[in-house]
Amino acid sequence: MPETGKPAGKQRNADRVFQWMTALCAGIVLLLMAGFFVRLLLSSRLSLAHFGWRFLISNEWNPYRGEFGALSSLYGTLVSTAIAMIIAVPLSLAIALFLVEMAGPRVRRIVGSAIELLAAIPSIIFGMWGLFIFAPFAAKYLQPALGKSLGFLPLFKGPPMGVGILTAGFILALMILPFISAVMRDVFQMVPAVVKESAYGMGATTWEVTRKITVRYGIRGLVGACFLGLGRAVGETMAVTFVIGNRHDVSASLFAAGNSIASTLANEFTEASEPLYLSSLVELGLILFILSLALQVMAHYWLRSLSRSMGAGL
Amino acid sequence: MRKSMRTFLGVAGVGAVLLAGSVLAQEGATINGAGATFPYPVYSKWAFKYHELTGVKMNYQAIGSGGGIAQIKAKTVDFGASDAPLTKKELDDAGLIQFPLIMGGVVPVINVAGLQPGQLKLSAELLANIYLGKVAKWNDPAILSLNPGLKLPDQDITVVYRSDGSGTTWIFTSFLDKTSVPWHEKVGWDKAVKWPVGVGAKGNDGVAATVKTMSGSIGYVEFAYAQENKMCHTQMRNRDGKFVQPTIETFMAAASSADWEQAPGFYRVLTDQTGEQSWPITGASFILIYKQQANAASAEAMLKFFDWCYAHGGDVAKGLYYVPMPENVITLVHAQWAAQVTSGGKNVWK
Repeated sequence: MPETGKPAGKQRNADRVFQWMTALCAGIVLLLMAGFFVRLLLSSRLSLAHFGWRFLISNEWNPYRGEFGALSSLYGTLVSTAIAMIIAVPLSLAIALFLVEMAGPRVRRIVGSAIELLAAIPSIIFGMWGLFIFAPFAAKYLQPALGKSLGFLPLFKGPPMGVGILTAGFILALMILPFISAVMRDVFQMVPAVVKESAYGMGATTWEVTRKITVRYGIRGLVGACFLGLGRAVGETMAVTFVIGNRHDVSASLFAAGNSIASTLANEFTEASEPLYLSSLVELGLILFILSLALQVMAHYWLRSLSRSMGAGL
Repeated sequence: MRKSMRTFLGVAGVGAVLLAGSVLAQEGATINGAGATFPYPVYSKWAFKYHELTGVKMNYQAIGSGGGIAQIKAKTVDFGASDAPLTKKELDDAGLIQFPLIMGGVVPVINVAGLQPGQLKLSAELLANIYLGKVAKWNDPAILSLNPGLKLPDQDITVVYRSDGSGTTWIFTSFLDKTSVPWHEKVGWDKAVKWPVGVGAKGNDGVAATVKTMSGSIGYVEFAYAQENKMCHTQMRNRDGKFVQPTIETFMAAASSADWEQAPGFYRVLTDQTGEQSWPITGASFILIYKQQANAASAEAMLKFFDWCYAHGGDVAKGLYYVPMPENVITLVHAQWAAQVTSGGKNVWK
């Protein structure tokens, strides 16, 4: 190396070392992901070979007889997450819009930090609150009311027990609400004031500005915020385990007890001593891994097509 | 750290010849164990007291019975602990022996308005039928006929079970499996089963919390949790047809009625024992160790610890609502140690 010693050469070397270091760090992430995947695949091969595709559609979960299927866990994961999203997304949107468009600076600061505080509460607290406070409330008031008004739908039939998939969805909604609304607020804040001012100048109402300017401008960020919440809801473990009822069953009623992939793992991993049992649990983990990955990929493609059709700015 | 300790012990043992070896093992030795969560409170208290007295440390990791069995088979710990005993064949295949160290009782707990602890009477068959979903109301004729004079509401029964695999479930389902033919045919007996009805909660504390918050529910927990949470437990009809309350005395009655001498490898399930005073849902927690110990000094230190637990741990156990092993069982355990635990061809326990 002829340039060694010269300041320029030193600079270039330092750059190169820095580049390598950062690339290494980035590589670790990829390596970890690949490692997780391979390990999950290897550890679940017993169950993969034994049950095949049947694992995905079987509702049977019987450690005593060695019969395992992922359907109830998968169903519970998807339904509780869907409930959480249906509640949390519109609420977050409203909160974020209020904070950015309507609230005064004082209110904005207080509510803003309250939301950030909510995001910092550990999930076990949500779980305990759900079990001790919310579930009895739901059993006494919420579920009977829903049963009375919407009981003609199979979704709201059955005895009100308090715990169950609906309650899990509610708790999840509360948990992801601060994440989604905090990101949405930041997105709205980044919409240039000039754009909004000109719309107002043309006589648009707040509603029109919100719908046609703010939301359109920040659509990518908004969808990204939703997927952030979704990712958290899909894998949430402790809080869900407390309130979902932990039952390996698929029921049309949202009042019924169910389980999610994460709650099944949290419940059963420690005492699973049979190889096939353990392998089936690992396969559940593999399914969760693939599910999360699929959601990420979907989000990516959806964002691309969205920004093309709406011409979003962020 | 353990490895270096062992190396140190080995070197010290060679240097000081056999005489000083056991003395050194007594001072500053570490015994490592892992397994069942059910006896964890009493094991950790014993370990604390024993360390104060002798300087010997006992690390116990409550990772679950399944984990305990896996860890001892992988030889990463000195002993494993399990609420479910291994069969003689499983023990022989792995070169292990097992012995019961502590016992406890599982009690049904209920949340029914107006009922006091110990008022409601249940039989094995009735309990099985409730958990099968066949008896689904608190004022079912089957419950009323056992409890004349009690006012029971026209309310649905919500069954609560352990969602995590557990020794408590193993003991509880063993009782139902032994006493109810429909249960045996439909469900079976394991650390986790496919429950016909109900909701699951994680851990003894989870079941206790769920039963306490859910009106009309029934669950099952370790006796200690029922006591500490002031829950409404039930009476049970035992094998002799007598109704008994869950107490330390009725658990001990079940243990002393059990025929341990005829149990190969101490494989004895304590549920549904004979005896007028026997609480029918009683279980023991077992210790698993290797017959062939690599290091005589550390093996002796470990057995001395267990011996101290048998001899002096009773009061601590009772204070935590556990039941110490009866004298006749301890004698059998000593005989087993003397006959089967060896290191380098020599007996460890003399």
